[in-house]
Amino acid sequence: MVDPVIASRLQFAITTIVHIIFPVMSMGLAPFLIYFTWKEVRSEQPIYEQLRRFWTRIFAVSFVVGTVTGLVLEFEFGTNFAAFSTTAGELFGGPLALEGMMAFMLEATFLGIFVFGRERVSDRLYFLSSIAVGLGTWLSAVWILIANSWMQTPRGFEVVVENGHRVVKLTDPLAAYLNPRFPYMFVHMQNSAVESVALFMAGVAAYYVFRHHVWGYPIEHIGFWEKTLKIALVALLITAPLQVLHGDAYARHVYETQPQKFAAMEAVWETESYVPEYIVAFPTDVNDLLDPRTKDLFGIGIPGGASWLASGGDPQATIRGLESFDTQAPPVAIVFWAFRIMVALGFWFILLAFWGAYRWWRGELFEDDLLHKALMGSSLLGFVAVEVGWIVTEVGRQPWVIQGVMKTEAGVSPGLTGAEATFTLLGFVTGYALLLGLYTYVVSRLIRAGPPADEDLQSSADSTATESEVTTSD
Amino acid sequence: MTEIGSLASEPLFGLPLPELWFALLFFIFAMFLFLDGFDFGVGILFATRDDEHEQEQLLAAVGPFWDGNEVWLVVFGGTLFAAFPAVYANLFSRYYLLMFAILAALGFRGLAPEMYEEREDTQWRRFWGYAFIIGSTTTPFLLGMFVMNWLLGASALISLQGVLAGLAVVALTVVDGAAFLGLKTRGALRDDARTYGVRAAIGYLVLTGLTLGLVYSTTPSLRPSFQSPAIVGLVLLTGGLVAGYILAFRTQRYHLTFVIAAGLVFALVTLLAGLMFPVVDRAAELTIRDAIISTLPLNLMTIMASVLLPLVFGYFVVLYSAFSGPIESEETYR
Repeated sequence: MVDPVIASRLQFAITTIVHIIFPVMSMGLAPFLIYFTWKEVRSEQPIYEQLRRFWTRIFAVSFVVGTVTGLVLEFEFGTNFAAFSTTAGELFGGPLALEGMMAFMLEATFLGIFVFGRERVSDRLYFLSSIAVGLGTWLSAVWILIANSWMQTPRGFEVVVENGHRVVKLTDPLAAYLNPRFPYMFVHMQNSAVESVALFMAGVAAYYVFRHHVWGYPIEHIGFWEKTLKIALVALLITAPLQVLHGDAYARHVYETQPQKFAAMEAVWETESYVPEYIVAFPTDVNDLLDPRTKDLFGIGIPGGASWLASGGDPQATIRGLESFDTQAPPVAIVFWAFRIMVALGFWFILLAFWGAYRWWRGELFEDDLLHKALMGSSLLGFVAVEVGWIVTEVGRQPWVIQGVMKTEAGVSPGLTGAEATFTLLGFVTGYALLLGLYTYVVSRLIRAGPPADEDLQSSADSTATESEVTTSD
Repeated sequence: MTEIGSLASEPLFGLPLPELWFALLFFIFAMFLFLDGFDFGVGILFATRDDEHEQEQLLAAVGPFWDGNEVWLVVFGGTLFAAFPAVYANLFSRYYLLMFAILAALGFRGLAPEMYEEREDTQWRRFWGYAFIIGSTTTPFLLGMFVMNWLLGASALISLQGVLAGLAVVALTVVDGAAFLGLKTRGALRDDARTYGVRAAIGYLVLTGLTLGLVYSTTPSLRPSFQSPAIVGLVLLTGGLVAGYILAFRTQRYHLTFVIAAGLVFALVTLLAGLMFPVVDRAAELTIRDAIISTLPLNLMTIMASVLLPLVFGYFVVLYSAFSGPIESEETYR
């Protein structure tokens, strides 16, 4: 049997790592869908209806799987982290309830109209429902990130003892809910969602464009994929540089508010100034593989780089080392490497965006086979970047579940047995593996099937009139 | 910060907020049980169809609605967490395996319609058809067990009372689903819905009677609640509503049947809340006023909820009016 604390933490890690894929997909698709719908309603060009219908299918599947996995997440606070929920419920439960009432309700009800109602409602209401769905997905992120950012930089509360339990009491709602971390998290998260979906779109479109233009295969709807590639590149060109810019500001904010996490990101053990930014670092002894900054280190670094990043321009700035904290360090190797992968991917995406833009400007967007291969290879890397980014955020703040207030191990349900926790953990590992497999299968089928055929489009002429005559026979 | 200061010390307008939130919690639960209840009922009645076109019609009937309906469960969980965090934590961790069974069942129900439409071949459709039926049957059954455990403060996961309550809730969702199909279908589908609905209504009455009788005889601490006139009135009302449901269905007044089905769900949930009141977690001996959060967040949540819930009703009006009337024969789930 796995220890209930370890099993609960693993289970929560697995459920969040799998769950985040689907909200990223829907949050990232939302602005595209609003744009497609607007163009469809306004211009009545069939290509926008194709774009809207094709990507709506993928949105709908992502939404369903996201709901299934998200429900688990909401309930896991109660099932596995009951002590945390009792202690922090007064502050933490509110945002979750408001996420349901304000955001999820909006998204789910209007999704009914958006997916099923094109022929039932007016253009105007249809367009409004695309906005409602998109707004719903983004508002969900607002409330979830308010809850999460409060755990990172908690404010506006006091801890009192009630019936022998330490309980967090809300004293200043504005300080608590508009806490300092929230804006950094929200901007970084939303931009990464759009960026990830742009990369995904670009990769999928590049595959068809590549097969057609480079390999000479006849591809149905090639215009659809060319358009998709261009739209995705525009989105990438906007989001990729932004992601690195506010990522840098975010890292500085972490240095100021969660120095232990920052030290883990840079693997700084001793407090030092003029700390180099290691691009890569390897221990020379294999036994120290999980410690990227042992004394005998082979690394390639920029002198003073980490200090420069932390302070926003001063290479002499001091970084507090992990040894100087009273609490045990988070798993440093995981945080260190996850951070590096995220940053490297961020720069790679910028390169991709400029490369694509340059080819486009030269009129060679559809001919550069290396670019297409790079885009195809990168189609899922946005999601990888999101995952490693969350690993930095969540693993990096350990051992705290609420920074400086409550340790993660103290938050686990007291009555939970090792047998129960192990049983559900095994269930999740198999269930979520199957779910991911199923999702991948369905999405790849949708991509292989391509956009709806021209004759199925409703804006393509007078088929609607004949249809409605058939249906009135009761 | 003076406004915040006054919000921190006294309940909004001097209202009995803990009791109101207890009522709101059960109201949200009733909304879920009524709205998603008809989705479950349609999912159970899916088992009675083997014609693929009819199956498609059943899926098309619930297609635009069930996402929104299910959100009431999410809001229920969130509301319980926000207003009574200790109860949320106690209940969900106490009935740990039951909670995960409910989530798994909901997962099957949620995935099935989406997956069913992804491929045309028989094997695939049969599998997801079964998943839809199983998910739609086990979810209300397990929810019934969960709610009974909650009411009794039971320490074991499975009890006879729990099983009976589970079966009663399953019957109720069929009553609800059949009434919904009365509005959404025509012809053979509607005739069959009527037959199944009437049978399920009689079954529901019998099962509820048995469950209440068993709870009354085995749980002395709940007996005083049972004897209150409100509870007796609700039991009688349930009997009357079942009779009305059958009559309305027989006379083909489908809107009335649907309204009565809603009445049955709300009567059951009110009965449950009435039996529980003023305790909200019997196992931990917590009353509403023990378990409620402090005044400041409670006041804030009250303000937020009183703005948001009317909006939510607005969304539902838009959605249900966009898809009012029977489904057209070529409409499918996709």
